Amino acid sequence: MTAQAKKLAPRDNGAPEYMPNLHPLMVKNYGKWKYHEKIKPGVLKHVAENGDAIYTVRAGSPRTLSADTVRKICDIADKYCDGFLRFTSRANLEFQVAKEANIKPLIDDVQKTLKFPIGGTGASISNITHTQGWMHCNLPGTDAAGSVKAMMDDLFEEFVNDDKLPARVKITTSCCQINCGGQGDIAVNIQHHHPPKIKHEGIGICEHPKVVAICPVAAIRPAFMNGKPTLEVVDEKCMYCGACHGQCPNLEIRDAQTDTLAIWVGGKASSTRGGPSFMKLATFGIPNNPPRWPEVSQALRKILEPYKKTGKPYERIGEWIERIGWKKFFEVTGFPFTKYHIDDFRYARTTFNTSTHVRL
Amino acid sequence: MSESKTPLLDDLEKGPWPSFVSDLKQLSKKKPVVSQLLGQMEQSYKDRWNYWQGTVINLKGYGGGVIARYSELQSKFPDIAEFHTIRVIPPPGWVYSTKTLRELCDISEKYSAGILQLHGMTGDALLLGSNTAKTHEAGEELMEKGWDIGGSGGALRTLACCVGMARCEMSCYDTMKTLKHLTDTFISQLHRPEFPYKFKFKLSGCANDCAASVQRSDMPIIGTWRGPMQIDQAEVGKFVDAHGADYVVENVISRCPTRCISLKGREIAVDDANCVHCMHCLNVMHKALRPGKDKGVTILLGGKRTLKIGDTMSSVLIPFMKLETEEDLNKLTELVERIWEFWTEHGLDHERVGEFIDRVGLGTFLEGVGIEPDPQMVIHPRANSYIKFEELAPGKMAGEPKKTPSVMDKEIETREAAV
Ligand code: HEM
Ligand code: HEM
Ligand code: SF4
Ligand code: SF4
Ligand code: SF4
Ligand code: SF4
Repeated sequence: MTAQAKKLAPRDNGAPEYMPNLHPLMVKNYGKWKYHEKIKPGVLKHVAENGDAIYTVRAGSPRTLSADTVRKICDIADKYCDGFLRFTSRANLEFQVAKEANIKPLIDDVQKTLKFPIGGTGASISNITHTQGWMHCNLPGTDAAGSVKAMMDDLFEEFVNDDKLPARVKITTSCCQINCGGQGDIAVNIQHHHPPKIKHEGIGICEHPKVVAICPVAAIRPAFMNGKPTLEVVDEKCMYCGACHGQCPNLEIRDAQTDTLAIWVGGKASSTRGGPSFMKLATFGIPNNPPRWPEVSQALRKILEPYKKTGKPYERIGEWIERIGWKKFFEVTGFPFTKYHIDDFRYARTTFNTSTHVRL
Repeated sequence: MSESKTPLLDDLEKGPWPSFVSDLKQLSKKKPVVSQLLGQMEQSYKDRWNYWQGTVINLKGYGGGVIARYSELQSKFPDIAEFHTIRVIPPPGWVYSTKTLRELCDISEKYSAGILQLHGMTGDALLLGSNTAKTHEAGEELMEKGWDIGGSGGALRTLACCVGMARCEMSCYDTMKTLKHLTDTFISQLHRPEFPYKFKFKLSGCANDCAASVQRSDMPIIGTWRGPMQIDQAEVGKFVDAHGADYVVENVISRCPTRCISLKGREIAVDDANCVHCMHCLNVMHKALRPGKDKGVTILLGGKRTLKIGDTMSSVLIPFMKLETEEDLNKLTELVERIWEFWTEHGLDHERVGEFIDRVGLGTFLEGVGIEPDPQMVIHPRANSYIKFEELAPGKMAGEPKKTPSVMDKEIETREAAV
């Protein structure tokens, strides 16, 4: 039987059912949870209206996992969790435990078999969200999983404890300026420094109008070279965003010699207190230095240590800076404030200080 | 002992955080292809340069879902010449029985390199490392077993939601059920690109927004309540006794964005009409304070990440709606269809819905999709006076009211009022 003649499997199955994938206690008390308590870092207790309790043990994971490691995770969940677990949006594992007595052996097993740390709850630095990088994307200027591993090694104590920081700190990374990594209290993102270099010999695979249209500042235009249609970039207009590179690999935005990393602070998704906020530029020009990016970890410390000292409980990094003022932020971190910190893109004026409120 | 072929990556085996390098090295004993992946990564670390070319592959009957990767170092690493990622739609809220998860492990080993990423930033379960032929076979087996494939291109993306009612007392609506309803209803839009660009939903049960929906999705659906917050004054008293009144004032009362909560002795009072349901006081005093009983959702629209105009944050579209019954869910799907229809007809190529709104104006957009303007959609009314009041402009000819040409003339006639 040829491949074509073979009947295709059903299409459009939709999302998997969730009830069969939920711990029986979560099925029983679905929508009937009353409150939760923290037992210790990485361990939560949720109590239902009827008094049922379920414990959650949170473990950090590298996100990229071999099938065998995932099977080991399953073995542990079978042993202590009635065969159920979940993942968080930051690639942490959550083991759900019905019996309190199972918490300790579970934790021991996770630490022994998987060597995964327990933590990531409350005022901690949870797992750093990351994307593909050199492992599996076509656009990256730096690696994702490796830089996260290096940073988490340095921030390990802040993951396994939850009393070292005023509030939770969510860190994200992006390995190109498309920025798959999200907003975060702190973000470490690649920054390109020149317009795309055009590989004229390759131009032609992409539809020119599409590439021209994707440029946010209309810097790309059709051109002729050696009697052949190609594209050119108006260097003065280009802001090195790399949108065109995502559209056509022949507009090469990356540069192993000149790409650097920038650090952004103060992003927040939740509507708690003042509402969500975008992150702002803290510092730039950090070398893209595999395999451990030590300069990144040093810069993170410059933000985290003063935040630990003067942040108030429940005050996220952006709120802390808002209270102490950006002047103070640049003082305590030692990062220079430069003309590049002043916005010159859309809505720039809305970021200027139009009052006489100055800290003297 | 021979010298290591990956000295730079080896450095990432040290340190307390679990190492993906160690795990992949272990895997390479079973799956030799993985040592070539590590080899190419080592080259990247050395050269600070990436060696993947990319495109997308469509499974038969689909318009995307597989991220195709081709190594540029094929002569050195022939086994990863084709090394694709299949995006699999995971169970809502990333909940798994070990049976479900083992099935994914088996499929990933059978057809791919045995590497799983749990999960991608969009929310898919990612299976890395199959070649083109195996990708199609994996797709068939996945679908045979009831799984489905995530979206790519100008299509709906895999949805994501917080754990919601399954294990969170804060949840004001059923995020998992809503996720399943939207995915299943719009599965064709997920598989077959027909939009100007991508569209993402993320669902959070409350304003804590654990799914980071406001900044990472085009249409965040966030749980909330109206009417009185539930207060257990006995628990308030215990909290005050345990922490002291000063602590409560400093960390709860003074942090309320609308100053609508107060402490009177050992009791809390909330001016519910001014509570904006930000969740702060509930987070701190989670035993004493709970969302009100009349629950529903706030729907926002227009969030996206940097490309191309800079990040946009979603903004309020529907301040409140109930989302409990089948009828409510159908109202939601109908609203989504109206948005998609208008955006698809008038949106430019690669224009996310937030960028589209920026271009045509929120007022025009609301008319186009048939939603009444509401003061809760803005921080404040406009402050500039350059306004084209359609009703107040002189007629073209005497007696004939002038109508400003507008992109959505056609739509207005056929549309009904808001949800
Ligand atoms: C005719 C030329 C091409 C056109 C018009 C084109 C257009 C597009 C469009 C419209 C998307 C959708 C983007 C999205 O929604 O994420 C896309 C995605 C993509 N393109 Fe191209 N492309 C072209 C050539 C290429 C080439 C030559 C490559 C790589 C060698 C490539 C790699 C990709 C990849 C990897 C994606 C990601 C899809 C996803 O993650 O959803 N494309 N392309
Ligand atoms: C060739 C084009 C593209 C490729 C190859 C690509 C690849 C990817 C991949 C692999 C992911 C998942 C990363 C992970 O979690 O591991 C991702 C997510 C993401 N991509 Fe792209 N992408 C492309 C185009 C774009 C464009 C044009 C945009 C911006 C409009 C974009 C914005 C995002 C965002 C925001 C995410 C995170 C998704 C989320 O938070 O839900 N991507 N992309
Ligand atoms: S941030 Fe850029 S380079 Fe990194 S995974 Fe996303 S698209 Fe690829
Ligand atoms: S890098 Fe950005 S601004 Fe520059 S040409 Fe490409 S799309 Fe345009
Ligand atoms: S968003 Fe709200 S309901 Fe959902 S898990 Fe977070 S706190 Fe719970
Ligand atoms: S939920 Fe937020 S707005 Fe409402 S009373 Fe509590 S702190 Fe104030």
